[in-house]
Amino acid sequence: MSKLNARIPEGPLAQKWTNYKDHQKLVNPSNKRKLDVIIVGTGLAGASAAASLGEMGFNVKNFTIQDSPRRAHSIAAQGGINAAKNYPNDGDSVFRLFYDTIKGGDYRAREANVHRLAEVSNLIIDQCVAQGVPFAREYGGLLDNRSFGGAQVSRTFYAKGQTGQQLLLGAYQALMRQVNLGTVTMHTRTELVDIVIVDGKARGIIARDLVTGELQRHFGHAVVLATGGYGNTFFLSTNAMGSNGSAAIKAYHKGAMFANPCMAQIHPTCIPVHGENQSKLTLMSESLRNDGRIWVPKKKEDAEAIRNGKLKPTQIAEENRDYYLERRYPAFGNLVPRDVASRAAKERCDAGFGVGATGLAVYLDFKSSIERLGQKTIEARYGNLFQMYEKIVDENPYETPMMIYPAIHYTMGGIWVDYELQTTIPGLFAAGEANFSDHGANRLGASALMQGLADGYFVLPYTIQNYLADDIAVKRMTTNEPEFTEAEKAVKTRFEKLMNIKGNRSVDSLHKELGLVMWDFVGMGRNKEGLQNAIDKIAAIKKEFWSNVRIPGNTTGMNIELEKASRLADFIEIGDLMARDALNRDESCGGHFREEYQTPEGEALRQDDKFAYVSCWEFKGNDVTPELHKEALVYESVKMVQRNYK
Amino acid sequence: MEKNINITLKVWRQNGAKAKGRFETYKVDNVSTGSSFLEMLDMLNEQLINENKEPVAFDHDCREGICGMCSLYINGRPHGPDDDVTTCQLHMRKFKDGQTITIEPWRSAAFPVIHDLIVDRRAFDKIIAAGGYVSVNTGGVPDANAIAIPKPDADEAMDSASCIGCGACVAACKNGSAMLFVSAKVSQLALLPQGRVEGARRAKAMVAKMDELGFGNCTNTGACEVECPKNISLSNIARLNREFLYAKLQD
Ligand SMILES: Cc1cc2nc3c(=O)[nH]c(=O)nc-3n(C[C@H](O)[C@H](O)[C@H](O)COP(=O)(O)OP(=O)(O)OC[C@H]3O[C@@H](n4cnc5c(N)ncnc54)[C@H](O)[C@@H]3O)c2cc1C
Ligand code: SF4
Ligand code: FES
Repeated sequence: MSKLNARIPEGPLAQKWTNYKDHQKLVNPSNKRKLDVIIVGTGLAGASAAASLGEMGFNVKNFTIQDSPRRAHSIAAQGGINAAKNYPNDGDSVFRLFYDTIKGGDYRAREANVHRLAEVSNLIIDQCVAQGVPFAREYGGLLDNRSFGGAQVSRTFYAKGQTGQQLLLGAYQALMRQVNLGTVTMHTRTELVDIVIVDGKARGIIARDLVTGELQRHFGHAVVLATGGYGNTFFLSTNAMGSNGSAAIKAYHKGAMFANPCMAQIHPTCIPVHGENQSKLTLMSESLRNDGRIWVPKKKEDAEAIRNGKLKPTQIAEENRDYYLERRYPAFGNLVPRDVASRAAKERCDAGFGVGATGLAVYLDFKSSIERLGQKTIEARYGNLFQMYEKIVDENPYETPMMIYPAIHYTMGGIWVDYELQTTIPGLFAAGEANFSDHGANRLGASALMQGLADGYFVLPYTIQNYLADDIAVKRMTTNEPEFTEAEKAVKTRFEKLMNIKGNRSVDSLHKELGLVMWDFVGMGRNKEGLQNAIDKIAAIKKEFWSNVRIPGNTTGMNIELEKASRLADFIEIGDLMARDALNRDESCGGHFREEYQTPEGEALRQDDKFAYVSCWEFKGNDVTPELHKEALVYESVKMVQRNYK
Repeated sequence: MEKNINITLKVWRQNGAKAKGRFETYKVDNVSTGSSFLEMLDMLNEQLINENKEPVAFDHDCREGICGMCSLYINGRPHGPDDDVTTCQLHMRKFKDGQTITIEPWRSAAFPVIHDLIVDRRAFDKIIAAGGYVSVNTGGVPDANAIAIPKPDADEAMDSASCIGCGACVAACKNGSAMLFVSAKVSQLALLPQGRVEGARRAKAMVAKMDELGFGNCTNTGACEVECPKNISLSNIARLNREFLYAKLQD
């Protein structure tokens, strides 16, 4: 029998979630207090889950590597959050949001999950407004919406260019209220370093206090991983420096499956790389594509003159500009989905039309919008983004077009979960970007915030009860059980091993090497030969890491290099999984673009007869090839067609 | 145009909360003026690791001015010599070739040093826990458009809500007061009908917690507003004072 059972409820698509809630098991209030739930992560998914479960009366233990739950990576999300409210009365509906998400994901997501996501989207907006999230409003006092890529309706709610910040602060405040009431205990600067399994069920974690270096044992009747995405495998990404894939790898080692690891999103509008010492890339929100027009020079000689500093973009006449997205995709124009926009930028730059000193940049121009709407309006919409750009690049985007280039941004892949967000390990759940989520092969803008909060506020609080209801008789463990002792010992051994390598290479130098391999071979354009090459190169980096990394200091007290090394060891493993998965998937879909599979116009060419499945990788041991399992994707309510944004 | 510069750093090193700290001097050469300040520190750390020394620990995460994690006191100013930016958004073009740059942690009784340049800011979380929220549970709330909120109020609330909780205001204040931080949250919620209901209780609880945690009193010097990377305005403090007074009158 397959190890994968998605446990999709019976009934017509639109009734599945209601049916589920009507029939799931519940835990009565007096029993809730006796049940411990560990939630790792305080981003949108973790904070909303911890707050909600705390409110319901569960005893929640919440962990984060940052010094405060408010600083989780979600804080950086800029553009907005989708919901099917249809306030602008432009024809939106739950079905349309569901349909756009499935189509945007290039038909590689699970229908039932995505429909539930669309259903609960409206509740999220209500919840956030009740918490005091200051969403943008119109003069009449009602909520304002903007458009995002891959949709022809305006369904994106936003708070200036700081939507993630405001949503996270809302969730954080709800969480701190529970901390105050004693239902949630907060563990900051504490990192999950392993998951403890007792009798086949997740029963706790081993954590490391990042200040003292001390290892701790924590028991939970269930464990939720809301630990974010693994985009930092590429070293340079738009993710926060601390974002990592380690919790996912720990789960994978303990038997959870890693789903669609190759599905990573390259975001089209990031500030281009400036040099070797660059530590991260800054996103310029997709919302800018509402009012900014993307172009490169029509003539190669103009592009070259710009690269050499002999011409300025403002000197290129209108007729000599190639607004290539508007040219290629007249229906969606600058608002095509991210994967399409990223590849189009790469195509122009590869063809020699790129700008900026490196030739790896295109323009995002606000001139026509400023003329049409006035600088004030543009400033009100994007002021903080323009300021951010100017501080980094030292150019004023009101006067000269921004330069942008694609960068890795988000990972659709992640820990495999069923409809209840439970992994293949009973009692281990995954939420937010950490799970393989609802976005298939490509995520639409403003849908990650929606998914994170859907999982945390409105899905997990139900589904986890269905699991915990059978656990009410299980007593709290003391953490002296052999499973905890062994897990802690294994962690200790691993850290000592890392410290004892005493080699010559810094963690960052190895991470940069991994990042380049990922970008060159597992990035925007992939092919069979390159991927095979990448697997060999990653194996060589792994060997170099485990024999030549240098970590100063020791395991006690704060040791930042040790933290980074431990995470890099896991990124190397993820890099390998990504390459393997990309190699296996002999098709192009969404963000996964295999050069061998494209239409004559250069669009992604899916192979639905062979690859309409979720690739789920099972760990088989260190340096052993993982085993592939497939969850077939069955579409009952939508028809699979080639995406068309023309 | 970007160029390369050589600089000298005087960096606060402290091996743990209880250890005695001291300044160490380092030289970093060939720093591109297009690099960020933290990328320059990455270069220093790479250098230290190559010399088999322990790198300098500093807090940072988003590196784009929004998480509030970075927290350096650079040449006597929280977040350094540029205006309206966090340390991570500061770029080396603000420094000259041959310059000496002094880097310290936030200095404030309520933010003890943990290691090198890292301080413990959990006191801010405790203040929020004391009342910095609207007391609603998940679910069962009205439709988002049930209450219209005048755009100017929503915009003003958003401005107050932009506080990133970095603590520069406390570090800049000679009294170590957290009034700007507290007032930003109190104002945001007081400006919105959802938060109005608990306004008095919130103001009292948060101020009481702030006092209890060892933050100093506000004497209106305005240093906080000058150094705040997010332009949180002193008018928030005025609003907090009104809220607080009103709460006291109700008692
Ligand atoms: C610059 C940027 C802009 C974005 N803008 C948008 C947008 O406009 N709209 C949108 O929908 N999406 C956007 N996204 C995507 C979205 O922000 C993320 O996908 C989402 O916030 C992820 O939330 P999360 O809760 O799953 O994880 P995160 O917010 O990444 O939180 C992860 C949490 O896990 C903790 N953690 C991780 N590992 C461990 C461990 N081992 N032990 C303990 N704790 C751990 C971290 O401390 C953190 O608290 C953006 C992303 C970026 C990078
Ligand atoms: S008020 Fe300003 S300086 Fe103080 S914590 Fe908030 S953002 Fe930082
Ligand atoms: S690192 Fe996030 S604000 Fe500076």
